[in-house]
Amino acid sequence: MAVLVFAEHDNKQLKSETHKLVNAASKLADDVTILVAGEGCAAVADEAAKISGVSKVLLADNPVYANQLAENIGDLVTELAENYTHIIAAATTTGKNFMPRVAALLDVAQISDIIAVESEDTFVRPIYAGNAIATVQSSDTKKVITVRASAFDAAEEGGSASVEALDTVKVSDKSAFVSAELTKSERPELTAAEVIISGGRGMQNGENFKLLEGIADKLGAAIGASRAAVDAGFVPNDMQVGQTGKIVAPQLYIAVGISGAIQHLAGMKDSKIIVAINKDEEAPIFQVADYGLVGDLFDVLPELEAAL
Amino acid sequence: MKILVPVKRAIDYNVKVRVKADNSAVDLTNTKMSINPFCEIAVEEAVRLKEKGIASEIVVVSVGDKACQEQIRTALALGADRGLQIDTSDVLDSLQIAKLLTKVVEEEQPQLVILGKQSIDSDNNQTGQMMAALTGMPQGTFASVVDIDGDKVKVTREIDGGLQTVELNLPAVVTTDLRLNEPRYATLPNIMKAKRKPIDVKSANDFGVTLTSNVKTLKVEAPAQRKGGIKVADVAELVEKLKTEAKVI
Repeated sequence: MAVLVFAEHDNKQLKSETHKLVNAASKLADDVTILVAGEGCAAVADEAAKISGVSKVLLADNPVYANQLAENIGDLVTELAENYTHIIAAATTTGKNFMPRVAALLDVAQISDIIAVESEDTFVRPIYAGNAIATVQSSDTKKVITVRASAFDAAEEGGSASVEALDTVKVSDKSAFVSAELTKSERPELTAAEVIISGGRGMQNGENFKLLEGIADKLGAAIGASRAAVDAGFVPNDMQVGQTGKIVAPQLYIAVGISGAIQHLAGMKDSKIIVAINKDEEAPIFQVADYGLVGDLFDVLPELEAAL
Repeated sequence: MKILVPVKRAIDYNVKVRVKADNSAVDLTNTKMSINPFCEIAVEEAVRLKEKGIASEIVVVSVGDKACQEQIRTALALGADRGLQIDTSDVLDSLQIAKLLTKVVEEEQPQLVILGKQSIDSDNNQTGQMMAALTGMPQGTFASVVDIDGDKVKVTREIDGGLQTVELNLPAVVTTDLRLNEPRYATLPNIMKAKRKPIDVKSANDFGVTLTSNVKTLKVEAPAQRKGGIKVADVAELVEKLKTEAKVI
């Protein structure tokens, strides 16, 4: 048994998902290799080498991998797959993009978005937007798996794996990177944050999301939103928490002016502690909240900021 | 150009999901079924490209038993030109579906394949990418903008950190995200017209694709229910509870 873990990073820094992937991988085998593919990402490989439980880091540092294009990354991982029984990546937009290509090229099924490892061939994954939980067993010779990182604890630091540079260059002439518009924020990313404060339709407009910022600053929190708030145009889609947005599981989730539609709950119900602030005491969000506060958010938020 | 739109029959997104008592699967008896929402967005995008004069023909394909003709008809009512049902009663994996679609691509030679990024039942998010790999076409997944320019297509993709734009040579595969468009409602005259549009039926067995899956579902359970907690009277009590009881701040 040997696992290849695909590292999540932005060419500069390793993302915390990778630590969680390593933890998931360690449940599959003792031999865990991390692949860092990108451009100018040697520092990322050094970071990855420090994760406890990692035996080797492969570094594919080449401009063709800079933007994680699915065609190039998919071919690289497919070639490397020969030496491994399991290939795992995070179920992020990067992992979701190239991993099915790897599975198809290896002629095996992909197991998507697992939340638990039962054994080396049996995995647990949510279906129907988390309204049902399936346990599936794969008899494929190689298992290609994407992992819901938020469902796993992070592996500790403290390793000292070797870094091996690869000179494999896989490049498709059919697809090219044009541009990226990345949301700039000083705050932690939603999927990595320990604390999240999210606003819903009750925020009334995008301007009012500023009311969440002071609280987020004090708690070191990321700011999220419900689909209703995104659809209403208050905030951009990358802030969306829910079935069709990001799936999060922070220590503390504060839902402000969010009614608690199934679509939203699917994205945050695994949070450790949920706080709901809503003026409608019948709102379904209170059925899942550990602490509910019935009140007008425009009164409550300034008070909360002052109290922290 | 010809556009191929694969669509899936799935549980209607408004239906509450129930797990069968024997934990074998989700109970779909007498459940309202619809065209998977992401697939509907794919059909709409194809129709818009036809209205702009970019697409000349839209072929809709669905893999499943006779019932999926209902979803093909829905797509025809929205503006697709003809349908293809690949008949099978087996429940297939994304990989088998992708292999069947690859055969359809070989036959139909579309310039663009648009399909939903995932279905809301199995939540796999695989078919488009697998098909792209098997056909050798480039892929633009999770699209929020699709812009055809000569023999290339620019696709703006919704990624975790924001947006990414890629340029692909045609023919290409595009998978749709929610914000790509808002699908129209089929009008009654178009629903009537769709009844006369042709739907071809082919047996899945005739495609020379092995239709067995290597993934077995051992059980399907309802998720653990979260219990509601308490209501706090004011902000002071909330902060106090978070500090001393929950110990999260």
